[in-house]
Amino acid sequence: MLKKSSTDKNQLFVDYFFVKFGQPNKNIYNNMDEQQKLDAFQAKIDAEIKIEPKDWMPEEYRKHLQRQISQHAHSEVIGMQPEGNWVLRAPTLRAKVVLLAKIQDEAGHGQYLYAAGETLGKSRDEFIEELQTEKAKYSSIFNYPTLTWADMGAVGWLVDGAAIVNQVSLQRTSYGPYARAMVRICKEESFHQRQGYEIIAHMAKGTPEQKAMAQDALNRLWWPSLMMFGPHDADSPNLGNGVKWKIKRETNDELRQKFIDKTVHQAEVIGLTIPDPDLKWNEETGHYDYGKIDWDEFWNVVKGNGPCNKQRLEHHKRAHNNGKWVREAALAYAQKQKAKQMVA
Amino acid sequence: MMTQQDALINYCLRLGDSSLILGQRMAEWCSNGPTLEEDIALTNVSLDLFGQARTMLAYAANLEGKGKTEDDLAYRRSEREYYNTLLSERPNGHFGDTIARNFLHDAFLYHLYTALKNSKDETIAAHAAKSIKEIAYHLRHTGEWVVRLGDGTEESHQKIQQSFDDLWMFTGDLFEMNEVDELLIKAGIAVDLNEVKKNWDSTVNEVLQRATLQRPKDDYMQTGRLQGMHSEYLGHLLTDMQYLQRAYPDATW
Repeated sequence: MLKKSSTDKNQLFVDYFFVKFGQPNKNIYNNMDEQQKLDAFQAKIDAEIKIEPKDWMPEEYRKHLQRQISQHAHSEVIGMQPEGNWVLRAPTLRAKVVLLAKIQDEAGHGQYLYAAGETLGKSRDEFIEELQTEKAKYSSIFNYPTLTWADMGAVGWLVDGAAIVNQVSLQRTSYGPYARAMVRICKEESFHQRQGYEIIAHMAKGTPEQKAMAQDALNRLWWPSLMMFGPHDADSPNLGNGVKWKIKRETNDELRQKFIDKTVHQAEVIGLTIPDPDLKWNEETGHYDYGKIDWDEFWNVVKGNGPCNKQRLEHHKRAHNNGKWVREAALAYAQKQKAKQMVA
Repeated sequence: MMTQQDALINYCLRLGDSSLILGQRMAEWCSNGPTLEEDIALTNVSLDLFGQARTMLAYAANLEGKGKTEDDLAYRRSEREYYNTLLSERPNGHFGDTIARNFLHDAFLYHLYTALKNSKDETIAAHAAKSIKEIAYHLRHTGEWVVRLGDGTEESHQKIQQSFDDLWMFTGDLFEMNEVDELLIKAGIAVDLNEVKKNWDSTVNEVLQRATLQRPKDDYMQTGRLQGMHSEYLGHLLTDMQYLQRAYPDATW
């Protein structure tokens, strides 16, 4: 018997099964042909019931999620580098511990995203191998350098700010482990965004040099942040089934617009100027219109030509290779202990 | 003639500086750990150490009574005004070097703070009582890694043995004392490092034995911490750390 839930949507699903296939049981998929399985899967998605690791799912759905979750995990891990670039040089002890704690959170996010990805049948080692052999991507924003301390503000404010818009939406994604990981991550990300905004707001009110650094950081990171949402909907190759299967709940352009609408005011408050002469409020749509995004730059960075692509990947490989003997030693030691226990 | 107040300020700087410098070293591990889990563990240690440093530097600044802050002491002092242990400023090297360095230092702080819990200075006693919980964890973490690496593969055994051999000459400095200690021990504020050394010896011996490692022979020991004499490494560490405060002295952050 499927466990009956008190929620309406679960009831709806159980009813659906009952009408279509008779008394539901956990082996229900065994007697279905491919089309029936797909129909049942879609019915579940439509009824807003989360897909769980042991549930039947189309291979394409599994692959889509493996790609997206691992890309997300890699982004968290590679994202440690541009901020790690300033940990040693943070200007106060308080700023240092806040930044370090934030980077640590990102390592933690990487951890549970890899764990969510592993529920789909691939190991963390395999994911890492794909990253290092460039079969898997990570967010292109991390291929830009962090040149001044103001970038620690801009990264938190803009990059985490953009990530939150996307991640809030992903809390409702159809795959259970991914959605639940997002709930945890969102709580910490909103703290990160405030931390970044605090830094840049303080600098914008500081000495002329500090203010110039803050404006420069915004100038450099604004457009790459808009690119984080991916190509315009009309040019986006992965949208089709992603939306149908409710992996992606809102489109790239919808999310990008949300981010712009909330960020413009935040810039005004601290007296910084968004580097887009075409940016203006549109009474009719109730949104900001914005200028043309340089997609040539975007695709170039995606293809590996960004300022730091090589550096980020080399750093990851170096750390991984330097740790090889340590991981081997830990494994050898554990095996020795196990052997001792067997004897005793 | 040194007053008890001067001695106490110096004592707080020793404690605060050692935590600060080792914390900075551990922060260098960020995004460089052998696994994601270990990356988190290493930077956790760093965060604890910075927390400890802030308490002691803020206290030292307060005792000085010149309106300085923890940041003034961390960011505006030069190499020769730092009193951290020579061990804490040793470069990270490979993972085994870091583990060996931290293990020796953790064991030192563990026994030092255990004794300082009974200090007659309330702030130091409270600081010790709070920090000892963190340090007990650090010591367990490094101690377990010493055993794993010592009794892991042949490669890891050789590597960590070499780490201990290389670092040994900086351990004598941990236990050196001068008139500051003399004054404060009399007042019941500081503790006799000869006593700490006995406990340190037994912790170190026990773990090295479990790890199938040789305790290096006590030979010539480096010295200098009490006079603010350091290795060349400290200057570079401070250059990074103090860059913004030095480059923009009028700015606040």
